[in-house]
Amino acid sequence: MKKFLCLALALALALSLAACGGSGSSAPAASTPAAGSTGAGSASGAAIKIGGIGPVTGGAAVYGIAVQNGAQLAVDEINAMGGVQFEFNFQDDEHDAEKAINAYNTLKDWGMQVLMGTVTSTPCIAVVAESSADNIFQLTPSGSAEDCIVPDSAFRVCFSDPEQGTLSADYIADNSLAAKVAVIYDSSDAYSVGIHDAFVAQAKVKGLEIVADEAFTADNKTDFTVQVQKAKDAGAELVFLPIYYNEASLILTQADKSGYKPLFFGCDGLDGLVAVENFDTALAEGVMLMTPFTAAGTDEKTATFVKNFQAAYGEDPNQFAADAYDAIYAIKAAIEKAGVTAEMNASDICDALKGAFTQITVDGLTGSGITWDAGGAPTKTPAVYVIKDGVYVAA
Amino acid sequence: MQALKKMDRSFRSNLITYGMVLLAWLLVGLASSAGLLSNSLQGQLVPICTYVVLAVSLNLTVGILGELSLGHAGFMSVGAFFGSVLWLCIGGSVPGWIGLVLSMLLGGMVAGLFGLLIGIPVLRLQGDYLAIVTLAFGEIIKNIFNAVYLGIDSRGLHFSMSDSASLGLGADGKVLINGAIGITGITKVSSFTAGIFLVLITLFVVLNLIHSRAGRAIMSIRDNRIAAEATGINVTKYKLMAFITSAVFAGMAGVLYALNMSTVVAKKFDYNTSILVLVFVVLGGMGNIRGSIVAAAALTVLPELLRAMADYRMLIYAVLLIFMMIFNQSPQMLAARERLLGFIRRGKRLAGKKGEV
Repeated sequence: MKKFLCLALALALALSLAACGGSGSSAPAASTPAAGSTGAGSASGAAIKIGGIGPVTGGAAVYGIAVQNGAQLAVDEINAMGGVQFEFNFQDDEHDAEKAINAYNTLKDWGMQVLMGTVTSTPCIAVVAESSADNIFQLTPSGSAEDCIVPDSAFRVCFSDPEQGTLSADYIADNSLAAKVAVIYDSSDAYSVGIHDAFVAQAKVKGLEIVADEAFTADNKTDFTVQVQKAKDAGAELVFLPIYYNEASLILTQADKSGYKPLFFGCDGLDGLVAVENFDTALAEGVMLMTPFTAAGTDEKTATFVKNFQAAYGEDPNQFAADAYDAIYAIKAAIEKAGVTAEMNASDICDALKGAFTQITVDGLTGSGITWDAGGAPTKTPAVYVIKDGVYVAA
Repeated sequence: MQALKKMDRSFRSNLITYGMVLLAWLLVGLASSAGLLSNSLQGQLVPICTYVVLAVSLNLTVGILGELSLGHAGFMSVGAFFGSVLWLCIGGSVPGWIGLVLSMLLGGMVAGLFGLLIGIPVLRLQGDYLAIVTLAFGEIIKNIFNAVYLGIDSRGLHFSMSDSASLGLGADGKVLINGAIGITGITKVSSFTAGIFLVLITLFVVLNLIHSRAGRAIMSIRDNRIAAEATGINVTKYKLMAFITSAVFAGMAGVLYALNMSTVVAKKFDYNTSILVLVFVVLGGMGNIRGSIVAAAALTVLPELLRAMADYRMLIYAVLLIFMMIFNQSPQMLAARERLLGFIRRGKRLAGKKGEV
């Protein structure tokens, strides 16, 4: 009997823990579309079912949650406007291809008509193969590898990795920021490698001299003194950092310690640099980054989005949230253009949207006048920002 | 019925295991043709087969041989990468199933070769060295595959460890392994039937090995190495036999897994995946092959069934794992279960006696 008592107690404890978690997170719970049907109550009959996939647990959760929140905000706004109604269901993939396919199949069981995902590249490549086999329209907000949009039913909102590398090299050369360039990149990360390879190739074309090309891997990304020292010894005037902001903050700190003060230039992964905990933001002064979106933007559209996002989720949106927000509005624009209705099946919707997507122009947060080609890649102008006094200023 | 009773006990037990797998295949096939199978479950069938093969093969090392291996995912990745490269090269020119079989053979062979290389020095030692070395092996393999660039053009294969540009491919070239981006553009060829076949082959080999002379030698090493050595058993040879068999099937499972998706990255086959397979083995019971099958299948499906719980999914999964572990392994629970079983048996016997009277 004592055993049963123990078991019962343990069960009660577990349940109360779960309950605790429930009440504790009740504030953002409104924002987490757990069952995914938050804004759908008003017009469940005529709502088009949009599925979302991304990591909301694990190491890449920050991107998945940003996309989930950004997309939900857009869906709520669109539903409040009347007109086209959306139902949004976001599933976790833990940044894993196998889990992403599971999430995709779960969404199919739910009756998904359009897929807005996936957030990260590797799962995206896996899911794209499935969605094109089923002929379901897929728009990835932030899957930036080239292979993410190979089938003609797949489109993307963000720049591809090679595009970012090429554009960065162009910008550095055209504005003659430096002649000798060093690159420090993460050779175990697809995003970083993708940008790096294209940057190095384009640098050659543009006559930039790469004096140091240093790699690190995800397993040892705390000590960069060797890479920094090599860049310094080679006399690089500019260090290109196609990496994420956490590692970049360490590189900046360690470069400062060794008295090395080149110009640092990064891509959208650096967005978030000034918010790193325990990081002296003075070191980020003058860092340049090429990114389609930052929360510090001053135009009205960005300001409204940031204000609404903060009100709903209590934090500044990052570029992923903006990509997702644009993705939902792009889907809405294409749906209106093609006259898609909720009664159509996923395959018919896909055929209609494929054509419509090449005809629409979207003024979004991540660029104005975004258009798509039939290959699925967006055309938009990149923006370069400089960090001044801890805020992003257009360069 | 009489014939069944006369059968050797272990043979009967093996037949039950095979029957279980065949029954699962039949049921799924029937449900699928009747349209009862959800997309979600259908998508998990091949991963389930993969994990079953992994768990059964790891059980050979951990449960039967009694050595701890923490790098099973490493062998899986060796198989996955070699198998998918072969499939990418020959995929267009042979029918799917031949390509799959050839890829599996290559993947299994190369994984076995790595098993041999690791096993020769390490299995001569006593103690936990195999755990340490396989742990390192898994990490090293992951980092190597993260840095490998392999391309093919009319002049043959090109290999580099720095970046894809240095491959120097011709205009007709195609990058097969692209470093951290991994392999992309695989045509799916794995199917549930192929998975079931692999499970059956694995079971056939592993169960026959266990019940053979060699298997008894392997188990004697687990139970008492000194006594085994004293009776003239070549300890290193039998240890190698079990370990390499285990590595070969891990490699084959890797091929099955990789050819079920359009992309493979080295990151997938990290320490966590090795531990996941070890959890299947421990939960199913060390040395209990049938337990491994059930545990691998159940624990693969479970997180997907818990999707309805949304944010609490991982919490519930962990709690369930702990409960299952207690229920399956704790001595008190085992004793309680035994008592309960005894109670039922006694009840039956009593009822039977009453009937006789």
